[in-house]
Amino acid sequence: MSRLDKQSIVAGPGYSGWLIPPAALAVHLSIGQVYAFSVFKNSLVADFDTSLTAIGWVFSLAIVMLGLSAAVLGTWVERSGPRKAMLAAALCWGTGFFVGAAGIATGQLWLLYLGYGVIGGIGLGIGYISPVSTLIKWFPDRPGLATGLAIMGFGGGALIASPLSNRLMGAFDPGFVPTEPGAVASGSALSQTFVTLGVVYTVFMLIGAALIRVPPGHGDDQTAEHSPGTNGALVRASKATRTPQFWLLWVVLFCNVTAGIGILEQAAPMIQDFFRVGGVSSISAAAAAGFVGVLSLANMIGRFVWSSLSDRIGRRGTYVMYLGVGLVLYLLLALFGSSSTFVFVALAAVIISYYGGGFATVPAYLKDLFGTLEVGAVHGRLLTAWAAAGVAGPLIVNGFLDQAGEPGSLVAADYRPALLTMAGVLAVGFVANLMIRPVSDTHFDDDAHAANEDRISDRLGATR
Amino acid sequence: MSTDANTSTAPTTDPATTSPLLIALAWLLVGIPLAYGLWQTLVKASALFTG
Repeated sequence: MSRLDKQSIVAGPGYSGWLIPPAALAVHLSIGQVYAFSVFKNSLVADFDTSLTAIGWVFSLAIVMLGLSAAVLGTWVERSGPRKAMLAAALCWGTGFFVGAAGIATGQLWLLYLGYGVIGGIGLGIGYISPVSTLIKWFPDRPGLATGLAIMGFGGGALIASPLSNRLMGAFDPGFVPTEPGAVASGSALSQTFVTLGVVYTVFMLIGAALIRVPPGHGDDQTAEHSPGTNGALVRASKATRTPQFWLLWVVLFCNVTAGIGILEQAAPMIQDFFRVGGVSSISAAAAAGFVGVLSLANMIGRFVWSSLSDRIGRRGTYVMYLGVGLVLYLLLALFGSSSTFVFVALAAVIISYYGGGFATVPAYLKDLFGTLEVGAVHGRLLTAWAAAGVAGPLIVNGFLDQAGEPGSLVAADYRPALLTMAGVLAVGFVANLMIRPVSDTHFDDDAHAANEDRISDRLGATR
Repeated sequence: MSTDANTSTAPTTDPATTSPLLIALAWLLVGIPLAYGLWQTLVKASALFTG
């Protein structure tokens, strides 16, 4: 048994649960950098002398690998425990930056794809799910709050990485002034920034790995007392993916993410286009960047606030809000968004807070449906919906906008078909959410269920 | 929070109680960068109303 194994990281009786959220945050704040990848885009395009699309693939590849690795490695993460998983995530995420830096330094774009996109993407997937089931086990009565806190970190990671990366590039290349339009950092500054970020994130994530513990009694899944879902459900990941509930929730997550990405992907040009009269927008480039900042804050806050609320109003009701109210807000945005900047920003901010909330609440929804037996592995498989939505969302929006006209000449009405389509997507998710019922006991793991019942009886007997 | 003290599989070397200093340091470790990111984003977002 190594010091990385789950059995070795069972918390002592006096170990404080207050150390678990920062351990999880250390990982999620680090991997959340992926959402700030766009700060490198212009510099990478100039350095590799290639297209925006070619550089955009680095990010897309990382998100697809996130979904795939979470799905494929979820069971390994669940069985190995959070420390080994966090270590693996730290090594992959750090190596991704180092290989990416080598690619930039040698002018080999494929190395950037392999490093940041593939190796880093695997680190993202493992890192994203690594603390989730542990948090649910530590805080079984408030799973929404616990996972919301960690997944809020994923949103917060981009808020840190964006200004930090600009500062690093400016430090390594004094000629680079990020506030100047069209500013690009040199290849040398880019590769040094990648190396620095790789070192910082690896160390940060390793600290999280050192702090993490599983709750007392959870060193061995066979003998641990699990928190069952509704009606006593304890379902293994392999069986969960054969239930209609899993696929209905997959559709729910897919629809919620697709609709949110539609706005996020296009945020800065969108606000300028909505307030364009006579070919001139009343929103400056700086104000448009400010709008992106507002959405980042809404995304982060929504993850914590709405997920915590779900502990009180239930997971189904929370998704009724995300998808039902979200649908109405999308319609209002399409019809009245251009009436005033305040209305536009307020509607978009609430929509994006629901987008973030959808990510943060889903582990607790899974816990309610399938119990904590292999909730991390089920969560990993569900994240394929994210990868799929990451492709579908931008495709829908860009498809409509490409037909409407050239970038820089679009107006609010050009967005209407895309926004109405997104309202339709949310309607599909809304219906799917309403169709979710508790899992039939035919899917329960009989052995785990019986053993768990015995352990609960023994514990209750011992405390009488 | 889980309070089950079943330690049948716990070969832990953790001290009997967790130092409040360690808890504070752990939260500062994640809180300071997050506060920096939040502040920078608020500054950026303020351009929406002033820019």
